[in-house]
Amino acid sequence: MTTNGMIQIALYFIVLLALVKPLGSYMAKVYQGETFWPSRILGPVERLLYRIFGIRPEDEMSWKTYAGAAIVFKIACFFLLYLILRVQGVLPLNPQGFAGVSPDLAFNTAVSFITNTNWQAYGGESTMSYLTQMTGLTVQNFVSAAQGMAILVALIRGFTRRNSKTIGNYWVDMTRSILYILLPLSLIIAVVLVSQGVVQNFSPYKNVPFLQTITYDNPKLDAKGNPVTGAAGKPITEPAKASEHTLPLGPAASQIAIKQLGTNGGGFFNVNSAHPFENPTPFSNLLEMLALLSIPASLCYTFGKMVGDKRQGWALLVAMLIVLIPLLFFCYSREQAGNPLLTTAGVNQTASDLQPGGNMEGKEMRFGVANSALFASVTTTTSCGAVNAMHDSFSPLGGLVPMVLMQLGEVIFGGVGSGLYGMLAFAMVAVFVSGLMVGRTPEYLGKKIEAFEMKMVALVILVPASCVLLGSAISSVTATGVAGISNPGPHGFSQILYAFSSASNNNGSAFAGLSANTPFYNTLLGIAMLFGRFWTMVPIIAVAGSLASKKYVTPSAGTLPTHTPLFVVFLASIIIIVGALTFLPGLALGPIAEHLMLYK
Amino acid sequence: MMKIIRPALVSLTVFTILTGIIYPLAVTGLAQLIFPHEANGSVMVKNGKPVGSALIGQPFDDPKYFWGRLSATTPSPYNSASSSGSNLAQSNPALIEQAKGRISALRNADPQAPALVPADLATASGSGLDPHISPAAAAYQVQRVAKLRGMDEAKVSALVAANTEGRQFGILGEPTVNVLKINLALDELEQK
Repeated sequence: MTTNGMIQIALYFIVLLALVKPLGSYMAKVYQGETFWPSRILGPVERLLYRIFGIRPEDEMSWKTYAGAAIVFKIACFFLLYLILRVQGVLPLNPQGFAGVSPDLAFNTAVSFITNTNWQAYGGESTMSYLTQMTGLTVQNFVSAAQGMAILVALIRGFTRRNSKTIGNYWVDMTRSILYILLPLSLIIAVVLVSQGVVQNFSPYKNVPFLQTITYDNPKLDAKGNPVTGAAGKPITEPAKASEHTLPLGPAASQIAIKQLGTNGGGFFNVNSAHPFENPTPFSNLLEMLALLSIPASLCYTFGKMVGDKRQGWALLVAMLIVLIPLLFFCYSREQAGNPLLTTAGVNQTASDLQPGGNMEGKEMRFGVANSALFASVTTTTSCGAVNAMHDSFSPLGGLVPMVLMQLGEVIFGGVGSGLYGMLAFAMVAVFVSGLMVGRTPEYLGKKIEAFEMKMVALVILVPASCVLLGSAISSVTATGVAGISNPGPHGFSQILYAFSSASNNNGSAFAGLSANTPFYNTLLGIAMLFGRFWTMVPIIAVAGSLASKKYVTPSAGTLPTHTPLFVVFLASIIIIVGALTFLPGLALGPIAEHLMLYK
Repeated sequence: MMKIIRPALVSLTVFTILTGIIYPLAVTGLAQLIFPHEANGSVMVKNGKPVGSALIGQPFDDPKYFWGRLSATTPSPYNSASSSGSNLAQSNPALIEQAKGRISALRNADPQAPALVPADLATASGSGLDPHISPAAAAYQVQRVAKLRGMDEAKVSALVAANTEGRQFGILGEPTVNVLKINLALDELEQK
């Protein structure tokens, strides 16, 4: 690890933590409906929207109505996006003339974007029309992020309200998230990204000549477009010349800003934020990394402020950081260590002032090793899943880090809103376990945590974990599943485990060598995404309803304080123990076995 | 139930118009007004003709030019219509073959080249379109380029130094050399 690399990582966290209080406090004001300067400007728009929706903002909802609204809204989103994907060929703003998307890919993509997963089984620049990117994908980036935030706020109301039958109004929480938070911030971020070179236009792709014409081996295709294979199954190639290439263009910056800010992660281009038009400079990279973690981190402060005890929010934030930071530096050190087999082959992987060294396969020169390891860690600690380097080419243990960060359930920061409500679920487990130890009914923030809450929280933790393990198991023993693997040995299993860890926890990043655009993977991963999102969301709304209906219990000498260093360490330990017990066997078969083989 | 379905359909329509049409149009308007060059792909123009984007790499295998990162795009390298990394694992023998292939190509083009090849020159980038190499990778190729062009090594080294971009704001990212820019500069220098 280099000094400059450490400084860049430190700088990132300093700026991030500086944003927590102002942004967190702003969001608290928005959700509490306070009158302050933005509401003077946007208030009329907000009220107009409610009139159009045909709702009254003061109409409160029970948890069942709230959950119903969230589900009905998502079903509508699914059908709209599915439809756009299927018929994009006949819609306008399609200068490249892309055809409609196949049914299984459209299903997978629609599920992926409505669940805030943004798993991409397709390459954006070769599949999606500009209209699809805008009215299909960008819109879902906004509303799926807003939904995560809305449900978090409903859960917070569960803690703050007493003897209440209602937890807020879904349409109000959605509208405020978009209008006051996501839209203005995206607008600013998008324009700054353009200043760095991210494209934003409606022009057709542009051909530019090469300075030097090259010859290459072009795979021969049959009439159907499939590669022709000769003896020993090797594809037959014929020499061809390339003297120009096609620059992909389009309304990218507007999509990229919200994909980062909403921890969505679905790239405009195939390689996501590794693409020079999606993430052109180290500064755009810093901005994209800040965008993806700023809301999840700041929501901890929002939470503290709304429950009337800021220490509660800081405690959760610290618990997240003490899990993330050691893993991040472990990832960085493994990536900087390079590849022992390349050293033998005559490659210099030692960092110096003139080169970043380390494991540069799948990494971009402008980011080097430090920024690639940092991006990989923060994108998987949140449920973003955007990538600025190819995780599949990470070292075995460097690639283990993003996998573990997803498997912990996307509660260490996690998705906007969804991460913190997952974290609060773990906090309830922590008070429950400690309550068992001393034989007292556990309380959290003045609310008794009882059997109903624990059942719901158990679902929140067990459903995604089961999807990861079952999905990986099915894919590892079926011929169609194994056929998708692109790397030999234990890494092949890692590719499958990574895919299901990503889909079930709604992250969306990939060990992208896995050929996932097949009916088998599109369907199975789609199901994992649906379970992972809705079987956490609905139980959480139920917990919110149950908590809101309870009375407040005044803390006594026997109440476990939940803002102390003791509780922070206890909470972090619970998360790690649950994760380790569930996934260590799988990790041993994949990345750990690969590491041992590489260094034998 | 209608109390839920109606707002769901109406709000989705309104959010689609707001975030899917108005917002991207607003960003496009601002972008085209303030940063038209960047918003349209940072295309470099020479003698009135486009010569490539400053941000998207081009393939070079002529030893007279500096070579860039390996590219895993298909069917041809640096195919910017279809960005892709190799996704080869560290333990995959194909990764080692790929690096050895590059090393021997560098060696064939210049038998006197230094023994150890900088990491970024022997590996494929994440996008397959990386426009940059490290200053070390550029320095590695100076001797070959100078010899084949009959130019002074010091002159080529000076060109590398002039085309080396330091860390952004002195701290962010890594020092880089833009391969297309330095090769354009090489051709220009030789024509003089």
